[in-house]
Amino acid sequence: MYTQGLDQKAGKGEAQAAESAERLAAFQARVDAEEKIEPKDWMPEAYRRTLVRQISQHAHSEIIGMQPEGNWLTRAPSLKRKAILIAKVQDEAGHGHYLYSAAETLGTSREEMVDDLLTGKAKYSSIFNYPTLSWADIGAIGWLVDGAAIMNQVPLCRCSYGPYARAMVRICKEESFHQRQGFDIMLSLARGTPEQKAMAQDALDRWWWPSLMMFGPSDKDSKHSAQSMAWKIKRFSNDELRQKFVDVTVPQAEFLGLRVPDDDLEYDAASGHYRYGEIDWEEFIQVLKGNGPCNRQRLETRNRAHAEGAWVREAARAYATKQRGRRAA
Amino acid sequence: MDRDGAPTPDQALLGTVLRLGDNALILGQRLAEAMTHGPELEEELANANFALDYVGQARMFYAYAAELEGGGRDEDYYAFRRDGHEFRNLLLVEQPNGHFGDLTARQFLFEQFYLLQLEALARCADERLAAIAARAEKEIRYHLRHASQWVVRLGDGTEESHRRMQASLDDLWRFTGEPFAADDVDAAFAAHFGGPDLPALREPWRERVAAVLAEATLTMPADEWMDGGGRQGRHSEHLGYLLAEMQFLQRAYLDARW
Repeated sequence: MYTQGLDQKAGKGEAQAAESAERLAAFQARVDAEEKIEPKDWMPEAYRRTLVRQISQHAHSEIIGMQPEGNWLTRAPSLKRKAILIAKVQDEAGHGHYLYSAAETLGTSREEMVDDLLTGKAKYSSIFNYPTLSWADIGAIGWLVDGAAIMNQVPLCRCSYGPYARAMVRICKEESFHQRQGFDIMLSLARGTPEQKAMAQDALDRWWWPSLMMFGPSDKDSKHSAQSMAWKIKRFSNDELRQKFVDVTVPQAEFLGLRVPDDDLEYDAASGHYRYGEIDWEEFIQVLKGNGPCNRQRLETRNRAHAEGAWVREAARAYATKQRGRRAA
Repeated sequence: MDRDGAPTPDQALLGTVLRLGDNALILGQRLAEAMTHGPELEEELANANFALDYVGQARMFYAYAAELEGGGRDEDYYAFRRDGHEFRNLLLVEQPNGHFGDLTARQFLFEQFYLLQLEALARCADERLAAIAARAEKEIRYHLRHASQWVVRLGDGTEESHRRMQASLDDLWRFTGEPFAADDVDAAFAAHFGGPDLPALREPWRERVAAVLAEATLTMPADEWMDGGGRQGRHSEHLGYLLAEMQFLQRAYLDARW
């Protein structure tokens, strides 16, 4: 999920000096020929750094994303919904797990990446800093948030870096399953009692704009798109993907009988696209800065779980060491 | 009841199925509660898997109970529309998660019993229940291996983990008499369907528990006062809060379908 293009500094290290024009050109030629770059292949340092940042942000988003949905695990309204939600949150843990593994192939340990998350140095998708206030939010997350994630991620299945591309193939399959489940929750609510329908509308009202923000800054403000495009890490611009999401999602909202909370939304028959209103970029910036409704809470929860698990991890290491000693003896 | 006050075969079967469903649901709910708080990512994945298995088992038991009882009830009725005194789960499974050692001790002590119970149920005369038990048995065998490994790692890990694990076991030990205390429902189920002789499972349970604790360098607590009553609907204070949270939507929106 959730590659929002939050990258701030591309950084030009000394390593780049050693990157001869010849090597860079050969690398670019491989990328241009749609060859997959594998962990042991030579790659420019900036390519490596961009990928570590993007893949680890993606992994962190999966891990933090477990919290807003986990918030309703104990209150799911039927056993079937509970089972589906448990499986979904488990899938997210699984996505985090193999994304960390994919990033590790680039030479950064999971421990370092997790540490960056816990200290607040690393970013994760802004969307998970919003609260899940009703059961309908679980539907809205599946429908909108996973829907937006799929738009972002399907092109990543063709990413030039092999381990990331392969991880994304599996993740996309599961995400589209989640998206359908989310839509199914919305459908039950929209066809339910007036209270349920109001719950669904309220969820759409709160999740619509944050979902559009998931695609990152608009193209004119997106700093690193061009390089990522050239490296075939990224295939479409933020605005292209956002437009695609709006075009797909608005008819679904209509099908549900819900109103998209945008007075400027209209269908433009000439272009075949929906025109939508201006995104509140100030809100986006504030959430990225840590001022979203749940930023502190999400990080605190993650830090607490990590700290409370320290003695357990330590015990597991101590036991493993003892076992090695016993086998050697 | 028949004339001498003992449960009829139908009552014994339904009573047994509901007790099994309640154990599975309440423990599944506890494990779901622990999600996103795991000590490491691998454990997060395993715990979610176990929660899912338990909720799945609860659904199978409740769906069967609904059929046995008739009257238009469904699996969700048993989970969401009954009050605490109607639940028949063991006190052990409703105990709060506590820290990872507490959670592990609870899983370990319960699953050592549950596996023996399922092994016996898989051979009982009620085909449907035997089939559900056989399926659950496979899942629990895997869970138990995982829980036992953690008991050993924590017991034989660091001084701190040893101390915590021993304290968790000591604390929960008073709930380990209840699973083996048979009442008239169990007696009738054993008589009519060849169900497990619960008191007879106690010795194999002790042996299996003792073997793991020995490897974990932990001490088996002494059998002192044993708590009970859950299987007759008399619970600890913890269950009410668990149910209030779990049942909230179904209670707040009575005519809604989800």
